[in-house]
Amino acid sequence: MFGYSMAEVGNIMVMQGFAGLSMFSVLLLMALGLAIIFGQMGVINMAHGEFMTIGAYTTVMLSKLAVAYGFVNYYFIFAIIVAFILAFAIGYLVEFTLIRHLYKRPLDTLLATWGLSLVMQQIFRSSFGAKEVSAELPEWLLGSFQPTPDIDIPINGVFVMGLAAVVTFGVFLFMFRSQWGLRVRATVQNRVMAGAVGINTKKVDRVTFALGCGIAGVAGAAFTTIASTGPTTGTLYIVDSFMVVVFGGAASLFGTIASAFGIAQAQSILQFFMTSSMGKVATLLTIVGILMMRPEGLFASKVRK
Amino acid sequence: MKTLSDKLLGGKQGVLGLALLALLILVILPLGLDIFRLNLVGKYLTYAFVALSLVLLWGNGGVLSLGQGMFFGLGGYCMAMFLKLEASDPISTKIQTTPGIPDFMDWNQLTALPWFWEPFKSLPLTILAILIVPTIFAYIIGFAMFKRRVGGVYFAIITQAIALILSILIVGQQGYTGGVNGITDLKTMLGWDIRTDSAKYILYYVNALLLFGCIFLSRYILTSKFGMLLLAMRDKEERVRFSGYDVSDFKIFTFCVAAMISAIGGAMFTLQVGFMSPSFVGIVPSIEMVIFAAVGGRMSLIGAVYGTLLVNYGKTVFSETYPELWLFLMGGLFIAVVMFFPDGLAGIYQKHARKIPFLKRWVAEEKQKQTDAHASHGKVGNKLGAEA
Repeated sequence: MFGYSMAEVGNIMVMQGFAGLSMFSVLLLMALGLAIIFGQMGVINMAHGEFMTIGAYTTVMLSKLAVAYGFVNYYFIFAIIVAFILAFAIGYLVEFTLIRHLYKRPLDTLLATWGLSLVMQQIFRSSFGAKEVSAELPEWLLGSFQPTPDIDIPINGVFVMGLAAVVTFGVFLFMFRSQWGLRVRATVQNRVMAGAVGINTKKVDRVTFALGCGIAGVAGAAFTTIASTGPTTGTLYIVDSFMVVVFGGAASLFGTIASAFGIAQAQSILQFFMTSSMGKVATLLTIVGILMMRPEGLFASKVRK
Repeated sequence: MKTLSDKLLGGKQGVLGLALLALLILVILPLGLDIFRLNLVGKYLTYAFVALSLVLLWGNGGVLSLGQGMFFGLGGYCMAMFLKLEASDPISTKIQTTPGIPDFMDWNQLTALPWFWEPFKSLPLTILAILIVPTIFAYIIGFAMFKRRVGGVYFAIITQAIALILSILIVGQQGYTGGVNGITDLKTMLGWDIRTDSAKYILYYVNALLLFGCIFLSRYILTSKFGMLLLAMRDKEERVRFSGYDVSDFKIFTFCVAAMISAIGGAMFTLQVGFMSPSFVGIVPSIEMVIFAAVGGRMSLIGAVYGTLLVNYGKTVFSETYPELWLFLMGGLFIAVVMFFPDGLAGIYQKHARKIPFLKRWVAEEKQKQTDAHASHGKVGNKLGAEA
């Protein structure tokens, strides 16, 4: 097969599969936020990638601070929290000033948030420079472990996966096991009735949107462990994450996880056997093809609109 | 009963608008600008084709395509392939390993012309390809999407993904497409040097006339019963469907027309600017072209042309003097247009024209006429429903 022996192919599959897993984790974190904003609220946030970049830059800045004051080993957990809070706060502000006026015009939201993403990119470029920067990683995130001599698994990948799992579980708890989640789901299902039983639907919108942005911030923090950050980092992921959400079926948490996994794995493995661009083309074409045959996505919610 | 000329010109106000635009494009700009700047305006006007197509598709049809750049690019690439083949005759490419094929193919170790380049040796076939290829492409996408009642947001996202796929594909297949640099060094068209000043003047006028042709075509579509149905579909799709119309066919048709208009713009771009590259195919140009239409007014055909000219003029001025500021401005423009001026320049004009004394009467008349045709959300659909 392509000039590799079977054992080598096996190892390649494991390592590329694992590289795919790190990508899956970042993509999943991005898509989770988007699944909440787009899947639940129906708002297309083209600036979602920039919220991820906010998280990434926060982590990079904190890492500089950490290097200066010598607490490199501990800052990362702290950085994740700060990234979340910052992205949450900015998301809250954006909802208040921009999004809430446009709920009835989804296509216009798309344009407005695209404009927002341009502005944010320029802010990043002006304040952090056009060059890509990377965070100083704590020692426990570096290196790799080798279950067999031919297989090399990087620890940061494992960490990002763990983080994605924790956040996914957190989102699950929030959406399906908490009072807040109940209100969000009620508002999504029937806004008027939810308002009638005393739910402050406007507040629910704002917090939901901000939460989605906050999760994108966490995705940004995770992103710094596998790549360096530049002003346009977010744009690389935005189409992919939209495809994840649409492909998975907009309102389904499980669908989002499954499609993030499928897309990341397909890209990662195909990229090894074809060129990187053709791997991406093949993956995206497959998704678009499937979506044309099954527009509601893989796991459509049972509610019919 | 409206006559054909009435339909095309759109009443007194329509004539005035068209005459002003014609005066600006055909007389004032060519007289007032040197050829370099005029060529730049010609380039902007090729984007106006795309803005025009978006007025049809998005403003009137309610279908936002974020992939119009790919049709623009397809048209442009078809034209570029023809010009490139003409520029790569065996004599001028004799230093290559394989003379007679485009230089980038030679650099990428291709030894024969790929089969899909063959038709572009002939100009009639090329012109046919410019018109047909994007239309077929649009038909396939439109058929797959609209027949399954995919619309709105999903359509926007999927067209965006397709534009991304196409641009990655063009960049990735360097040997066949020229890769990220695109197709460059275009010289002549049937032996006619397109780089001279006189050629640029001629191409500018050809472009302008084609643009007016497309405005007339679009206006003909919009003022016909079809245009009425399009508006009705935008506002109350279900009702149109229940009235017995096949909504998807109308949408597919509009999408195809929009693709064809964009492709003409792309081909004219290649002729005037002398190259085509994937940077006009992907997501960013596709969305930027939406803002041209939005600034002009998403319902107004003439507004789309003004919007395109204005935004691009701003882009040129600002990116020359304050490159940092440009993205802020562009981003701000997106937000401001959506939040405060959803009807764009045309909307501002409609609102304030009545304050200018000699326009007052016309605007009042037009308003009377347009209360049903131009109806804001829902009215057309209601009317249609009541009739049925």
